[in-house]
Amino acid sequence: MSGQSLVTRLSRRERRVTLEQRERLAALAFISPWFIGFIVFTAGPMIASLVLSFTNYDVINPPSFVGLDNYQRLIDDPRIELSLKNSFFYAALYVPLMMVVALALALILNQVGKAAGFFRTVFYLPSVTPAVAVGTLWLWLLNPRVGLVNRGLDLIGINGPGWTTNPDWIKPGIVLMSLWSVGSTVILYLAALRNVPVELHEAATIDGANSLRRFWHVTVPMISGTLFFTLIVNTISALQVFTEVYTMFFGNMRSGTASSAGLFYNIYLFRQAFEFFRMGYASAMAWLLFLIIMVLTFIQLRFSKRWVYYEGA
Amino acid sequence: MSKRSWYYLTVMLATVAVMVFTAGAPALRSTVQAQDGPSGSLSVMGFSLPDEVATVRVDHFQELYPDIELNITEGGLDQQQFLTAVASGNAPDVVYMSRELISTYAVRGALTPLEECIESQAVDLSQYRQAALEQLTIDGELYGLPEFFNVIMVMANTAALEEAGLTIDDVDISDWESIAELNDALTKMEDGLVTRIGFDPKLPEFLPLWAAANGVSLISEDGRTPNLNDPAVVEALEFTVGLHEAAGGRQDFMAFRDTWDFFGSNNMFVQDQLGVFPMEQWYVNVLSDVSPDAPVDFIPFTDREGNPISYVTGNSWAIPTGSSNPEAACAFMKAMTEADAWIAAAEERARLRSEAGTTNTGIYSANVVADEVIFGEIIQPSGNEKLDKAIAVAVEAMDGGFGIPANPAGSEFRQAWQDAVNRVLNGEQSAQEALDQAQAEAQAAFDEAWMFQD
Repeated sequence: MSGQSLVTRLSRRERRVTLEQRERLAALAFISPWFIGFIVFTAGPMIASLVLSFTNYDVINPPSFVGLDNYQRLIDDPRIELSLKNSFFYAALYVPLMMVVALALALILNQVGKAAGFFRTVFYLPSVTPAVAVGTLWLWLLNPRVGLVNRGLDLIGINGPGWTTNPDWIKPGIVLMSLWSVGSTVILYLAALRNVPVELHEAATIDGANSLRRFWHVTVPMISGTLFFTLIVNTISALQVFTEVYTMFFGNMRSGTASSAGLFYNIYLFRQAFEFFRMGYASAMAWLLFLIIMVLTFIQLRFSKRWVYYEGA
Repeated sequence: MSKRSWYYLTVMLATVAVMVFTAGAPALRSTVQAQDGPSGSLSVMGFSLPDEVATVRVDHFQELYPDIELNITEGGLDQQQFLTAVASGNAPDVVYMSRELISTYAVRGALTPLEECIESQAVDLSQYRQAALEQLTIDGELYGLPEFFNVIMVMANTAALEEAGLTIDDVDISDWESIAELNDALTKMEDGLVTRIGFDPKLPEFLPLWAAANGVSLISEDGRTPNLNDPAVVEALEFTVGLHEAAGGRQDFMAFRDTWDFFGSNNMFVQDQLGVFPMEQWYVNVLSDVSPDAPVDFIPFTDREGNPISYVTGNSWAIPTGSSNPEAACAFMKAMTEADAWIAAAEERARLRSEAGTTNTGIYSANVVADEVIFGEIIQPSGNEKLDKAIAVAVEAMDGGFGIPANPAGSEFRQAWQDAVNRVLNGEQSAQEALDQAQAEAQAAFDEAWMFQD
């Protein structure tokens, strides 16, 4: 091997390494805005809140280390159990109901043809309505005496419940209000339905499957990935519900009837942080909720293997 | 250059010189004044300029201190915004908030004691109502200057009274048995649904008033011990909760009350939906504006001995720790709350009301000197006997005003007793159980919060 060929090979390798480095640098440059944003606005505050969860901190004075006191307090505080129960009840009622309603609306829209665009906009509009306005609006719609919901029920002979005054009906009332913004999920389902291959339905029809069986054995498996995505996302958002409920029952319009039944976890967290100045305790609450959501998501992921179909997987 | 040219040039230069120096003189005087008193810029948080009561007083301040650049961030106090501003070293120079919140911030060191301010600006504290000052005083230190003094009176639907064969003289707030009877007499039901509430005790927010009527304050005078499960409070809660039963219970009561057009011309007195309730005096303004002929009469709220009492609320000005211009902040607080400012505002309101042809029901300032002028000279009999009587009752109520003593856990304390009332109203607990729980919660909050001060 001559000395010249060795030099040539080394030179080529150097050029190749330089090119790889350049590509790597370019890739890093492209992802850096997201990465910096993640570090500064997500990971940084998360780490800060983890540290604060071991302190007594009122925002005004420097934090003082209290060890695991805040976590012990989570166990002793009866409102933690109450607010968690309220949030779980709401999530258990809202998520399946929202998925069923959204899927039903998406199936109807899928059959509408050219008018689908109009209805898609109509269904999506409530999703962009400010949450405070939604809360105020629904406080009136759900009024047991003059609200449109009970008036509608009255038309079909049903004596509507006290959605805003009866502690047993406050959470179902909030679920009803939350269905108002089902539009974004409808859009996702509609996109998934449009991607179901027509030939699969044709094959099933030739095999004698009726529409219900085609829905169950063709449509649902083919959109199961989207269903699973919305299940996870909506479970997380349901456990973090705040603005509408705070507006309805805890803000300036607080009526007191929902002081127990409407005390959701994030509302209690907010009050601890910004009304009672217990930022350390509120941080511990935030981490408890984070762990709960992680566990629930992990369980959902484990079970998803049994029913979610991924094309090409 | 000719002699004539020299002459013109000399005259012109002299004229310019005179103009420059005379024009410069006020600027010079202004500079001297600014150096003597507060100057610079002043940032204000938590305050709005919705009406003449606010704008006239701000104008009054700016006339006194034309060199101070005033920056008002309009809107109610956003506690998150205020907390983060203080924590990040960007505190506003002066802040406006409910008097109930002052002690919560003060014990945590977020507000500056006003001793130096009062001395430097020679603030006369005797001009302010004592009950308001007490809400702002912690361990002998004053943390705010008060404004507004909302008092409570009893408002009664005279048409409903007449229908029941009663008059306003039959409404005796000192006799709780008679209140229950009045409630039964005035409550109206149709098809099992309430169409008129006989007596609304205004729970949970007026529990302090009912407790005081029964002879006890919700907190000890030093602000360190809650009295929530005192037998007198338990009795007051049991009595007032019981008043909801005539309307079919709390749920029906609330469902009906939520439908009222409270601020509109079809309010509950016009619509005959309410018999009697205790209410803050500002509601007289609403009635005066939207339904001056509504069938309403007014009497003082009294304790069980028959003495007029009133649970007062209001706002105050305070200087946050870290204020970059505390001298100007102090001058601003003094100017906004002094008698001259209130009197100017009241005169402007009187003028505007006169122009609009509506009744002027007055301004309740928390400044005794101003109130004397406002209600002694500016407010004249309107010709509307009912509203004139309402004003007289409100003025009388100011003398019997009391506030919840300053305590460092204001929000938690309020949550503890309001939640207790709601648990009883919702049938979740008895009055004794709910107030025992509230007492324990409030005491724990007090102990924790007072640690900052001690």
